[in-house]
Amino acid sequence: MLSAKLFNVTTIFYMASTLAFLAFLAGRNKNIGLAGSIIAWAGFAIHTVATGLRWKESYDIGLGHAPLSNLYESVVFFAWSIVLIFGLIDAKYKYRVIGAFVMPFALLAMAWGQLYLPTDINPLMPALQSNWLLYHVLTCFLGYAAFAVACGVSIMYLIKARSEDNGNAAAGSIVSQFPPTKVLDELNYKAIMIGFPLLTLGIITGAAWANYAWGTYWSWDPKETWSLIVWFIYAAFLHARFTKGWVGKRAAWLSIIGFLATVFCYLGVNLLLSGLHSYGGM
Amino acid sequence: MEYPLSTNQRNLVQRLWDFFCSLKLTLFLLITLAITSIIGTIIPQYPNIDERYWATISAGKKALYESLGFFDMYHSWWFLAFLTIFSINLITCSIHRLPHVFKFVSEPLLVLPEGQQKSYKSTDMKLASGLEESKERLIAFLTAEFAAPVVTKVDHQYHLFAQKNAWCRLGVYVVHFSILVIFVGAMIGNLFGYKGFVAIVEGETVNSIQLRNGKTSPLGFEVRCDQFSVTFYEAPGGGRPSQMPKEFKSILTLTENGKEVPNYKHVRVVVNDPMTYKGITFYQSSYGQANDPSVFYFSVRDRNSGKTEQLALRPGLPTGLPDGRNVAIVDLTNNPGEGLAAVLSVSSKGAEPSFFKVFRENPALDELRGDRMIFTFTGTDAKQYTGLQVNKDPGVWVVWTGCFLMCAGLCIAFFMSHKRVWIVLSNGHARIFGNASKNQPAFQTEFEALTDKLHSQNI
Ligand code: HEM
Repeated sequence: MLSAKLFNVTTIFYMASTLAFLAFLAGRNKNIGLAGSIIAWAGFAIHTVATGLRWKESYDIGLGHAPLSNLYESVVFFAWSIVLIFGLIDAKYKYRVIGAFVMPFALLAMAWGQLYLPTDINPLMPALQSNWLLYHVLTCFLGYAAFAVACGVSIMYLIKARSEDNGNAAAGSIVSQFPPTKVLDELNYKAIMIGFPLLTLGIITGAAWANYAWGTYWSWDPKETWSLIVWFIYAAFLHARFTKGWVGKRAAWLSIIGFLATVFCYLGVNLLLSGLHSYGGM
Repeated sequence: MEYPLSTNQRNLVQRLWDFFCSLKLTLFLLITLAITSIIGTIIPQYPNIDERYWATISAGKKALYESLGFFDMYHSWWFLAFLTIFSINLITCSIHRLPHVFKFVSEPLLVLPEGQQKSYKSTDMKLASGLEESKERLIAFLTAEFAAPVVTKVDHQYHLFAQKNAWCRLGVYVVHFSILVIFVGAMIGNLFGYKGFVAIVEGETVNSIQLRNGKTSPLGFEVRCDQFSVTFYEAPGGGRPSQMPKEFKSILTLTENGKEVPNYKHVRVVVNDPMTYKGITFYQSSYGQANDPSVFYFSVRDRNSGKTEQLALRPGLPTGLPDGRNVAIVDLTNNPGEGLAAVLSVSSKGAEPSFFKVFRENPALDELRGDRMIFTFTGTDAKQYTGLQVNKDPGVWVVWTGCFLMCAGLCIAFFMSHKRVWIVLSNGHARIFGNASKNQPAFQTEFEALTDKLHSQNI
């Protein structure tokens, strides 16, 4: 199918963009940085078309649902959201280096999906046949993507803060090209300010759907609980800014831990926890 | 004792108050809730514990977990205690801060103190007209371009103050309040609602349900299951159905005091599409066979004459066929992938009986056998039952209100900004200050546009 080929092309574009950003980081050639951004945007355009096509193809084979129904489709959408959020920040703040720390997440997601996950379009089981699926997945993954960007920025913050502490932030080093720590801290906060309301909305749409389909808006199942854990961590991040001693490095670490918890909520719960309970045929 | 008791008590209250007002406590609680919540995602929770789980842990571990409430940890006393402290923290913190914020909003800083002037964005301008006239023009300008100012006269200076979106400082408190609203909604649901289950055999009527705690609860009306059915997706390649269910469907009818309830006749209830009546909601959740079949229905078509006859067979009881032979069910199978099937034997006196299998899911197959009589397996007398989850939750609207408030509050807290502008006006000279609570770069641009426009006017 054409969409499958286009997803492969997208992956190649994201790889090229990642490489360009890494080269930009090492060589500081402005044109290479610009190329990284342009390739990322081009890949994003192809990605968007491919997603639309896959949606149409599912109708062509008589199943007819949005491409957000299984692990492969969600991981592809996750990559799309990461590039979208990165693109917005890139367009607004023009700190190209950030690409070197964010595009790898998108590349990783795409490559994993394309290489290791079954890409078939499956019929929807009865529990998933609802419009809530669309709203729920859309909000959750856009939120996750914002957290991925925040995590990338936080890693940059820690690297930069460390080299400044060691006093070797001399002009000419790779780190000297990073935005100032104050800006990185601000961007981290900004990204989480986008992600947190989206995650909140994702949890609420999930609860609304569960209530509509099963009559309980909250049942403490591992997925729900982990999304709440992620929510607590980012709420802690937001409050950390008001408490002395909990900004800067600690905020960056909270953001990284938050993203690790996000990834666990997304993948770990399905791959590890259901394994723990698998004797029950769940 | 050196101090009078009352002071001591006051100290204690004060210390308690300070403890609950602390944002460090908030951080501690948020992180503790995050970490402890993990327990319940690793250890199975009531009521979904598989019997086989008990064999995988030692008796000592089981006793320990039980005493710590780990098998129902989200309702354990210590987790609920954390949530209570969390709520108290939230309430005291709001009581502690809200008056300041309220004052900040309702009694704005009309005159910017010298000390604060340096930390705000500012720009200077020369005035072309006299003090009074400039003041009037600046008031007109601010009213048109930003917001209507308040004027204060101090000595020989005029202080103009204008602000936008002051109330958005309250957004954070809307978020915090919404959390309490959600808690209240959850409590209402727990106190006044219930979760139950009912299984109804096709054709039968029930008027009560089984609650989680094993008790029976009357509904106040009756529910009849007219029909239950499962449909499957077509297998790839088409033709036969696959194993993948597409829809579970119950057709229900409600009656009250023996009379049919208007608009509740033959209501279709499927997964993701429940039915609600009088605050009680019925959700499709399971199904099964109510009894073992004892009668099996077939139709037999005579290949020569085309005449079709219906047969009702009981296992082991030979029955006569239109062509004089006898047919009997000798075996029944229900293998995954083929569905229900009957092994039939057809015999006539003196001849060897012939055995063959007829599939319920594949009605056209028997024609290929080549015999004169073609069998189709049409059904059985077994009835299905539909399993419905039955819930009542009067608190759910409170919860949704809280959720809505939370989203609105987050948008206000994060994406709206309290913008303030001061103009200090003295003879021949004015100084403009600006400040925003959020999104400084955007305000910088807005402030510059405002002052540029001001500079270009003759004031
Ligand atoms: C025990 C619980 C909590 C307490 C005592 C608390 C207290 C506070 C305080 C004092 C502030 C600073 C307000 C200000 O002066 O600007 C704040 C900000 C905030 N709180 Fe809470 N909070 C709690 C829980 C939560 C939770 C669970 C959320 C989750 C939605 C939340 C969301 C926020 C947000 C979004 C802000 C604004 C942060 C910002 O502007 O960056 N709070 N909280």
